[in-house]
Amino acid sequence: MAKKNYAFYPGCSSQKGASASNFVPSIEVMCDKLDIQLNEIPDWNCCSASIGYGEGSQLSRLVLNARNLALVEQNMPGQDLVSGCPACWLATRETAEKLHEVESLMADTNEALKEAGLSFKGTVKARHLVEVLIEDVGFEAMKEPVVKPLEGLKIAGYVGCQTNRPFGIAGESFENPQYLDKMVETVGAEPATGYEQKVTCCGGALAFSEPEKSQKQIKDIVESAYDHGADMIVTPCQLCQANVEIYQSEINKKKGTKLSMPVVYYSQLMTVAYGGTAKQAGLDGNVLRPQKLLDIASK
Amino acid sequence: MSDLNQKAVALYGGNFLKEVEERVEDGEWVSMCMQCGVCAGSCPLGPHWEHSPQKIFRMIMAGKREEVLTSDSVWMCTSCYTCIVRCPRKLPITHIMHGLAHYAHRLDVAPKGQPTRELAKIFWNSLIRTGRVNELKFSLGVYFKDGFSQGIKNLLGMQGVALGLMKAKRLNPMEILGGHKCKDIGGIQKMLAKAQEIEARRQI
Repeated sequence: MAKKNYAFYPGCSSQKGASASNFVPSIEVMCDKLDIQLNEIPDWNCCSASIGYGEGSQLSRLVLNARNLALVEQNMPGQDLVSGCPACWLATRETAEKLHEVESLMADTNEALKEAGLSFKGTVKARHLVEVLIEDVGFEAMKEPVVKPLEGLKIAGYVGCQTNRPFGIAGESFENPQYLDKMVETVGAEPATGYEQKVTCCGGALAFSEPEKSQKQIKDIVESAYDHGADMIVTPCQLCQANVEIYQSEINKKKGTKLSMPVVYYSQLMTVAYGGTAKQAGLDGNVLRPQKLLDIASK
Repeated sequence: MSDLNQKAVALYGGNFLKEVEERVEDGEWVSMCMQCGVCAGSCPLGPHWEHSPQKIFRMIMAGKREEVLTSDSVWMCTSCYTCIVRCPRKLPITHIMHGLAHYAHRLDVAPKGQPTRELAKIFWNSLIRTGRVNELKFSLGVYFKDGFSQGIKNLLGMQGVALGLMKAKRLNPMEILGGHKCKDIGGIQKMLAKAQEIEARRQI
């Protein structure tokens, strides 16, 4: 089968040595098994995330994202821009839509882009990697490469915010999206249905600036997973993964709790189910060891 | 009062709604708010706001300029977008909150030392230097924003988290030496300078 080609936008947190660097190896294995070819956008830049707005003006943020779109339009014609990071995807898609809607902003953006030797016509579509999996690959095809079903694992599907709102996955509800649970089933594990913190905010960037308030959110997200008998949490979001995993020790210190709930990416589950090693799944990058998943990987 | 702020006051007199409509990102939506309160009830940081988005919109319509622009509340947005998807009139509430925060920051009337305001500044400065965010320098910038001794205290408080990440190879101390960057950082900086020039020309 011919591979499907996409212009890949990894984002800052997925770079070597960065907070979501362990996401990358599992994406590579998963995509290889599903005949998805991700071609990194040459010289991509930061999307300004959802915290850039304080200092960065509207047009500055638009041109940053338009530069990535223009690089795809110019160098990778016909390919959709795909990101595994909800913040990158959201900022890029918002930019593409805004420039499409407001002619004057498109003109201003192009005037600025010219300084970097680029122009943007508006032909590139910004998509999330999960959209590609669901819409272009499909659940049936995602199941085919499974050689080690994740039997006996119960997993709380934590979708979080920006993969889900404001755009979300077509056909899914904002309040109770089903796709992550379906992906868990696809790899042979049991989803913790009824997990009521599925779309709760982890605090996002405010985990840095408002730690107490964010850690209250994180505590709810983790405790609910325990209440539902989950062995681990799975998420499609880099910031959710980092916040929900690394601050559990802080919460334990402050609140006397004993939280130690592993938080993994969907692609890590898929890599193990597809027969990949723990290293290929990037499980050596998890701060809280997902022991049951490691056991299956080493079988 | 900053020059920009004085100019804005002089230009719009007491008409704060008009000022927001013309100068704040997505501000033209504010008068669409029907005061149902769904945003106020949906916000994850709801218990910590002095003014919910619903109140902020009403205050804008009532001309409470100073109270809105100096409010801590517009800096409490986690960008979760729950208010946006639930608003029955489809106001882009998240963007309006960001727009108000940015406007207050630019006029320099936003609360001094507000932690998210500081965070946003450090984040932006990190990204425009190299085109990509340097997580190590960004984190250190956040911990050391209140001076050296407070920075050391903050670091020691977070050493468990930091060591865990380093062990997992998700925080690289070598990033302090430069780290990841875009090749065409020159072009990116020229492009951003042009964007600022265009916005100054349009007086927004």
